[in-house]
Amino acid sequence: MSIEYLGLSEINGPLIVLEGVQGAAYDEIVELTVEGNKHKLGRIVEIYEDKAVIQVFEGTEEMSLKNTHTKLTGHPMEIALSEDILGRVFSGIGEPIDGLGPIISDVKKDVNGEPLNPYTREYPRNFIKTGISTIDCLTTLIRGQKLPIFSGNGLPHDQLAAQIVRQASLGSDSDEEFAIVFGAMGLKHDVAEFFRRTFEESGASSHVVMFLNLANDPVVERLITPKVALTAAEYLAFEKGMHILVVLTDMTSFAEAMREVSSSKGEIPSRKGYPGYLYSELATIYERAGIIKGSKGSVTQIPILTMPNDDITHPIPDLTGYITEGQIVLERALHQKAIYPPINVLPSLSRLMKDGIGEGYTREDHQDLANQLFSSYARVGDARALASVIGEDELSPIDKKYLQFGTAFENEFISQGLMEDRSIEDTLNLGWKLLAILPREELDRVDTKILDKYYHTSTADETSSSEA
Amino acid sequence: MNLTGTIYGINGPIVYLKGNLGFKMSEMVLVGKEKLVGEVIALTKDTTTIQVFEETTGLKPGEEVVATGSAISVTLAPGIIGNIFDGIERPLKEIAKQSGAFISRGVNVDSLDTKKLWDVHITVSEGDKIYGGTIIAETRETRAIVHKSMVPPTVNGTVIKVVPDGQYTINDPLVTIRNDQGEEQELTLTQKWPIRIPRPTTKRYAADRPLVTGQRILDTLFPIAKGGTAAIPGGFGTGKTMTQHQLAKWCDADIIVYIGCGERGNEMTEVLEDFSKLVDPKSGNPLLDRTTLIANTSNMPVAAREASIYTGITLAEYYRDMGYHVAIMADSTSRWAEALRELSGRLEEMPAEEGFPAYLASRLSAFYERAGFMSNLNGTEGSVSIIGAVSPQGGDFSEPVTQNTKRFVRCFWALDKSLAYARHFPAIQWLTSYSEYVSDLTPWYTKNVGSNFIDLRNQLISLLTQESQLNEIVKLIGSDVLPDDQKLVLEIARVVRLGFVQQNAYHPSDTYVPLEKQLKMMETIMHLYEQCKKLIAMNMPMTLLKENDIFEKIISIKYDVANDELDKFNDYKKAIDDFYNHLLETNA
Repeated sequence: MSIEYLGLSEINGPLIVLEGVQGAAYDEIVELTVEGNKHKLGRIVEIYEDKAVIQVFEGTEEMSLKNTHTKLTGHPMEIALSEDILGRVFSGIGEPIDGLGPIISDVKKDVNGEPLNPYTREYPRNFIKTGISTIDCLTTLIRGQKLPIFSGNGLPHDQLAAQIVRQASLGSDSDEEFAIVFGAMGLKHDVAEFFRRTFEESGASSHVVMFLNLANDPVVERLITPKVALTAAEYLAFEKGMHILVVLTDMTSFAEAMREVSSSKGEIPSRKGYPGYLYSELATIYERAGIIKGSKGSVTQIPILTMPNDDITHPIPDLTGYITEGQIVLERALHQKAIYPPINVLPSLSRLMKDGIGEGYTREDHQDLANQLFSSYARVGDARALASVIGEDELSPIDKKYLQFGTAFENEFISQGLMEDRSIEDTLNLGWKLLAILPREELDRVDTKILDKYYHTSTADETSSSEA
Repeated sequence: MNLTGTIYGINGPIVYLKGNLGFKMSEMVLVGKEKLVGEVIALTKDTTTIQVFEETTGLKPGEEVVATGSAISVTLAPGIIGNIFDGIERPLKEIAKQSGAFISRGVNVDSLDTKKLWDVHITVSEGDKIYGGTIIAETRETRAIVHKSMVPPTVNGTVIKVVPDGQYTINDPLVTIRNDQGEEQELTLTQKWPIRIPRPTTKRYAADRPLVTGQRILDTLFPIAKGGTAAIPGGFGTGKTMTQHQLAKWCDADIIVYIGCGERGNEMTEVLEDFSKLVDPKSGNPLLDRTTLIANTSNMPVAAREASIYTGITLAEYYRDMGYHVAIMADSTSRWAEALRELSGRLEEMPAEEGFPAYLASRLSAFYERAGFMSNLNGTEGSVSIIGAVSPQGGDFSEPVTQNTKRFVRCFWALDKSLAYARHFPAIQWLTSYSEYVSDLTPWYTKNVGSNFIDLRNQLISLLTQESQLNEIVKLIGSDVLPDDQKLVLEIARVVRLGFVQQNAYHPSDTYVPLEKQLKMMETIMHLYEQCKKLIAMNMPMTLLKENDIFEKIISIKYDVANDELDKFNDYKKAIDDFYNHLLETNA
């Protein structure tokens, strides 16, 4: 079985070409030995008869056309899995790097995964409390959802993700098992360290599996890291019945790696040099979230991506938004006003929230309140634009109210402490308190009955004092 | 015997075979040991190129490829409605039985249940002359749909034997004919049809009756005809899928074909769950009884995504041939276009705009032209309406898919990001959307809804247009300085936006609104406008008018008047008149 081929016929960036191969399969993993002592892994990405194009995960440094031995493994990329992976740290291709030895298990899974049959999916409906007002009230996270954070360089997306992980994991009072899978692609060392410390401090590190491809690790390895992480997540969720929160960061590095490899393969680029299959590739990652009928566990994904030049129409955030079930968008302007978390609520969205909130889940007024906050805050933008032209003094009384509401909304509702864990009751009441700044006839998104019950009743005194 | 070849090269979903093997274009082939389904897409003297509808991981050069002799086709027989298929008509339920929660490769399943016994009523008798399209048997497929099995379009002859009514499977011979060539031929409930070829019809009718959707902004402002085509372009989060779901739930087609092309898995699950619970208000049956789903989610193989659109429209044409009105929801055609681009890139074809192949436009037009209100071969009338979602990159409508789609559809429902941000749904931007069907449908509306319907519609549009022009001024100098008649336009336009154009899909009486109520709502709003105009003409200031809560009252008509309480509108008319008289008395 294990024929070794000596030598290569071409090396081009991360790709090598091997000729005269027998019985090689598409997508098969090969083991490479360089100078007899360095081991690397590669994947066959194209075959023409006896000529295989191989993508080398650990980079092609030190390889020459003569010093490399290649061995076919006969299977696609696989990782060994067992419950022992909890608390461990692996490299971007799933090899232990914490010095605790390999995972011994009979369970080996193909990291490419298989598409989840829509017929066997269960539609996600369970609300995950994060303790962050903007997320809980306006872009509710649902168990089994994929909800990315669209951020920019220098914005506190890591802190936000850490806070979500910390509060979502500890906030649950049920005895269901919970674990975190952390996949890092091209992450800075400090950031990886920040996450490791956060998990430790919150006492969750025995429930965390980390897959780290750091910024100085080989680029090609990044292409496989999210797949390895999600394979581990699927195993823990659907075979061990655990609720898994997957944090993937930074998806931009993943897409950049794809562009790099694609261009060295000489493929025809589509938008901004990214390959035409960027959408399909991203989809095979993001779609690996959800709940299966009859299975106890779930996979919830929070991918983080930094928008190049803060541009939400850049292909990476754009294609991501078309696949994921909503997005949380961070904004630099809010960050500069020292508001944390700087979530711009208007472009943020959770597509699954409609079925996971309201009576029986959170509270009856949740949907109406959220709609009204969105609508009123959108009006704030108009009022501000007008004020910048004609000056604040010239605004109509109602526009002035909107300005007042906007400031209060940003400072009290959006802004909260890094360690502050608000209950859903508090968040909703806070929303009503802020809406009380506006006159009742401006609240056109709320059912009359809900308005009678929640508007002013609990908030009248605070409003009058704030207006005084 | 079937032709065979051996694999030479593999690149993603594309497989190359060496040599001129005699394979035909668009022929279905079985690739490799696992017999993966594929299709021939290019032939040269030296190479045969195949696209494979499943993952090619593990495929090796040297494995065998077998030609099946027939083009990629769908199986047409009872059992389609209420079912969920992948892009090449393999039932996902059966796949789940065989391979569990995840879809594995090389699963061999029949498209339709071949063991189920259907109650069949034969509608032809011995000696009858039959032609392509003649209905030979009727089967109750679901509570809502009677399946009419037809003679395949290319077959003519005389019936020489029929079986009695009774229980049969879809493969049992029912009718024996002597065809025009003098041969005996057995007909069953089943026929096959290649997905890339439109099913023949005799004539195309003008689009003169609307596909009623119960969505005010569509029915009133931008209506679509039965047999019409519409595009819904919008960036992510603007509500394309939501609009498609609303249409699939409430539009007055007999059958819905819902194609989830490269979209989210959870969305298909949602349709499946929701539609089996929701009840069709017209027939009282679950909506799933009139719906068939094609689910090729974004992580399923890309070649099958390209095929799913054709599979869907072929199923729709088949039901049209029975005399039904069918509506297709294609969500999203951009994913299909991107599948074309991806395959084209793998084939190393010369790209046109943004990497899309140059034949994008001709493929799009060929697809949309398969819609229409038709006279079928058997004399019945039916229609296929296509509503395609478009997901423009970066929400930018100037990209090739949106622009080319715009050339071939007659309704354009443009979704707008800023409306969606303010949670104004449906986020259809009234200034950039259009429908070319308005004039075709005017006679129908005049006759069946009200002679003033189209007139009122035009007044609404004009109000909204005036509002946007006034807003330009307001943006510069504020609204206080406008004269009172313009302030009134702004106020009434607000009533139109909030009380009419905006519609709440989650509110029981607002999710679907019949045309009669749409008319009454328009009449009431315009009545308010007329009365206010008179007051303003008498120099009453707008601030005085706004002291009254009549505007808010009219806005909440959509919630306060249920669809079966249309006589309540008289109270609103009276309330408006009271408001008018009251102001007149106290301030004149």
